[in-house]
Parts: sequence; structure tokens; C-alpha cells
Amino acid sequence: MNSPWKILVVDDEIAMRESLAAWLQEDGYGVDTAASGREAVEMARETAYDIYFIDLKMPPGINGIETMLEIRKRQTDATVVIVTAYAAVDTAITAIKEGAQEYMVKPCSPEEISIFVQRVIKMKSLQRENVYLRQKLAKQYSFWDIISKNSQMHAIFDLIREVADQRSTVLIQGESGTGKELVARAIHKASDRAARPFVGVSCAALAETLLESEIFGHERGSFTGAIARKLGKFEIAAGGTIFLDEIGDISPKLQMDLLRVLQERKFFRIGGTKEIRMEARVIAATNRNLQEAVETGSFRDDLYYRLNVINIKIPALRERKQDIPLLADHFIGRLAIETNKPVCGISKDALKLLLDHGWPGNVRELENTLERAIVTAHGEVLQVADFDFLERNRHTNAHWDIPAGISLSEIEKHAIEAVLEQTGGNIMESSKILGVDRSTLYTKIKKYDIPR
Amino acid sequence: MLLCILPVEGVQEVDLYEMERFVEKTLPFRTRREVAMLLPPGAHDPKRDQYDGTVILRAALELCPADASRLLVVMEQDLFIPMLTFIFGQAQLDGTAAVVSLNRLRPESYGLPPRRDLFVERYLKEILHELGHTFGLTHCPDPRCVMSLSVNIINIDQKRAQFCGNCTVRLADKLNTLRRESGVTEE
Repeated sequence: MNSPWKILVVDDEIAMRESLAAWLQEDGYGVDTAASGREAVEMARETAYDIYFIDLKMPPGINGIETMLEIRKRQTDATVVIVTAYAAVDTAITAIKEGAQEYMVKPCSPEEISIFVQRVIKMKSLQRENVYLRQKLAKQYSFWDIISKNSQMHAIFDLIREVADQRSTVLIQGESGTGKELVARAIHKASDRAARPFVGVSCAALAETLLESEIFGHERGSFTGAIARKLGKFEIAAGGTIFLDEIGDISPKLQMDLLRVLQERKFFRIGGTKEIRMEARVIAATNRNLQEAVETGSFRDDLYYRLNVINIKIPALRERKQDIPLLADHFIGRLAIETNKPVCGISKDALKLLLDHGWPGNVRELENTLERAIVTAHGEVLQVADFDFLERNRHTNAHWDIPAGISLSEIEKHAIEAVLEQTGGNIMESSKILGVDRSTLYTKIKKYDIPR
Repeated sequence: MLLCILPVEGVQEVDLYEMERFVEKTLPFRTRREVAMLLPPGAHDPKRDQYDGTVILRAALELCPADASRLLVVMEQDLFIPMLTFIFGQAQLDGTAAVVSLNRLRPESYGLPPRRDLFVERYLKEILHELGHTFGLTHCPDPRCVMSLSVNIINIDQKRAQFCGNCTVRLADKLNTLRRESGVTEE
């Protein structure tokens, strides 16, 4: 019988298990039987049954409740009915306390079993339908891993589709944590270069000389420490895509070198004499206002125009709050698996809390917040209490005593210093708390000359 | 194709005759009545004073004539399976044998005045239901279809003594397969 619903009947008495199995089969369910708790646990390893009917007393070996607990270790949402011939209040309480959905005394009335099975199957059908509809919805709002139902984001998706196959340079602008790299990857995946490499370089994380060698590569002996020839990212990317993150932070010299490559579409390895053709498509990203940087003279205008052939500006999360429930669903689904926690949703109140938050660190901050809540959550649904830390942070921020006349940069510097002190200089942890990526944090540490 | 009716002592001649007529009218089967069977000793549970349907089916299969396509046991005694307080009938799903008890089908069992027409209607529904299981049909979600699950007498009264459209199609497919397998060509 090819039924979508599977039931396991566990009883040491053959007459009991065979007759119940036969009765349930008449309902069209796929029914298997096990003669002992051990056998049931083994079978549950192979198949996740929708309902388990488990006899309480099964000598020798493990009893019904122990069997249930073993099965639940793997299948936390298993529906278990503990069946017994000897009704006793204490065993009934233990069974229910340990997670059995039902406690039945045999012989049961056909009506009782029938109503119970129908109720469970109806609930499971709704759960399956719910998962299916959520996946369908996520697919509808998802574009190469970017999830949104915001019209600005959908205009970006259209633009990505339009420009994916072109070779033009793309400049992606947006605050930290808005998903600039995801957009760059989407352009790559949607393009005819998808089968070729996508190579990312974080321009802010490396010192000028190192960055130059990272991008262009070097010949053996071209500088102290260059013990072998090294291919640069431009060469590795070959006919693929090179993603230059934090482009606003590169030095004037590198700006000039990059401009030359973009103009001539060829370059030399450091210390090399052989001209190499640049086949990769360049996508650059920054969280800085490059236009402003051009006006103040810290960024070359000719490079800016070369990079800014196609401009994509990603809105901050606070400008697309309607995406918060979708993103929360998506992250909970993924993070629950990654953290191995049985969390499957978020309460209305907790979601409202997320909707009211300002999200200065954007989607990345939302993801980190949910991860922290999931790791410490006790129930299957995230509650307001699981986001206490968010409230505490907001509270602390609200009562920050900021002296008059202090500049934004100074506030930023103080915030970074405070977090670094709190985390003992741990960059990964600090960047999570501050809601920026590591490369941004490195840049700011360098910028403010913060000792570590 | 042949359906053998195996009565247990105590079932009225008039009821057996009704059943035979009904089966021959409803299904492409001719019927033959077998000599009444003695209930196997292990079938009776003295504590419950009921008979175990599984044990009876097993014993009946041993008595099944070689030329029978299906075997229907009919009895007056009350039936049970170990897990349940009672059953109206039981069948081998997609198998040979079925058993139906008349014990809980009379209005008198529910403190009501006797009504022969209702009693007959109920047992005809039940034998069609159990025979349906032997043709591989499972319970039908349509409460008016004879294959819908009956856990009480109200359920039996709600359904009709016929298959719904879906079950009719599935039954026809199964009967065609049976005909091919048994080499029967006539309708």
C-alpha cells in the first residue's frame, strides 16, 4: 500500500499488533509492526512514522516509555500513543509527561482510535500543507537566495536579470549588512558566466601592498617574501566575476591601477613583464557614499565613473520592513537546522518586536539576532522573552549619555572600543554585536587607530 | 467467479438467502453455501465473551474450497480484535476471506423495537463493505459510500448499500484483473 501516512504498531503480543495493524490498513494507512521496543527503535531509524502505537509493558528489553524516548531523540515531533492493558494513573501521567500524545487502555473503542488517528492525520496534513505553502511563498519572493517582496528589491531583481549577461561594471551601494555580496552573487549566477568562478576580495581587510598582490598576483622574487609566483584574483576569476568589496577604502595608488585595468582590460603581475588579459567581469561594492568621496577628493572621479556603469542601490532593512516576517521565517528554518534546535516559528508579539526594531546592522543583524534567540530558546516558537537581549541593548542605547558637541565618528569609535573591550578583542563576536561585517570592522579599527 | 458463504451455526436461513441474492445482483459472482463451520476453540475469549475475528478468519481459510474466489463467514456471535472492544466485521485486505457478525446490527441491541428491513439493510451493507476490502478497497472518505468506516451503528445507517463513483471504478479495475487471472471471459 502506497499510503502517504505511516503507522508503526509496537506490541510483544502478536495477536494484538497484527489485528490492530490489519484494522488500520483497512483505513488505507501504511502500517508496519514491531515485536519489541528495540525493533521499533531500529525501524524508526529507517522510517519516520507519523504515528506510533506503543505497548507500555514489553518484556524483555525496553518498555513503551523508554521506546518512545529513544524514538523521540531522532524524531522530536513523533506522535506516540502509549497503549496498556493495565490502566494506572501514575503510568498515564508519566506517559503524558514524557511526551505521549495519548494514553489508551486496551481494548479501546473503535471510535476512540478512529477519532484520534483522524485528528492526528488532519493536523499532520495541515502541517505538510503549511510547509509546502511556505516553500512556495519563499520561492515566489526569492531570487537567487535574496528574499524580498519589496518593490525596490524587485526592481533590483529585474535589473539583475537585464544586466546579468552584459560585461559592464556594476557598482553596488548599500549599508553594511544589506546583502551586497548576495546581489553580486545573484548577478554572477544569473549570467552566462555562472559556470565560471566568482572571486571575492575584501579590499578593506588587507594592507595596500598585500591587496595589490592579491588582486594582480606577483612573480617570484618581486618583493621580499614572494617565494613563488602567485596568481592574482583577476586571473583566478578568469572568465567569471571578480567582486571587489569595500572599494571605497582602497588607496589612491590602487585606485589608479584599477582604473588602468578597467580601461585597458589588461594588467601585469607585480614584478611581471607579461601582459595578461582581463576576462573577468568586475562588480564593486561599498557602504560609503562614493559620490561624496569623489567630491571631497578621496576617490578618483574617473574610477568612480568606470565602476558606476550600472548602479544598484540596496535599501536598508528599515526601508523594507515588510520583508522582516519573510526573512525571519527563512532564517528560523535554516538556523534551526544548523543549530539543531527544534524551533519552528516566532510568536506574533516577538515578530512585532522585530518589526519595531531599527536594524542599523540590517539583514545581517536580523540573522545574528535570530541565531542568538534560537540558541537560547526553550520552546518551539520564539517568544518576546527570547529577544530580551535586544530590548536590553535598546534600553542601554536609549540612556546613553552622549556629551554635546561630539562627532558621529567619535561616537562610532567609542562604540567599537566598548564592544572590543567587552569581547576581549574578538573581531568575529564584535562584528556580530555591532552588526557590521569583519572587513568593515577592520577598516574602522584602522581608521580610528584603535589599539587591540 | 465464485463466492462461498460459510455460515456459523445459528444464522437464519432467510438471512443467508437474502445475502446470496444481494451478492449475485450486486457483484459479478455466483454464490455457493458451504456446510456450517464450527467455531475454533481458541476463538472464544471467556473474559469478554466475544469471538476473535482474526482467529476465525484463520480457521475459515483452512476450510476455503479450492474453486472459491472469495470466502464470506457470517455469524451471529459478537466479534472483537484484541485491541478493540468490538468490530462489526473483518477482512483480509486484498485477500480471500472476510467475516461479518450480525450481533450488533439489530435495532433491539440498542433498546429499539425490532425492524427486519433495517436489520437486513445493515448486514447487506456490512457484507459489501468487508467484501470490498477483499478487493483491495480501503475506507472511503465519502460517508455515503459503503466503504466508509463504521465505528458505530449510526455510521452504518448513514451510508448506502452501494459503492461511490471512485470505489466503483477501483472495484471494476480489480474485478477485471481477477477475471483475467481466472480466465473468465463472460461478463
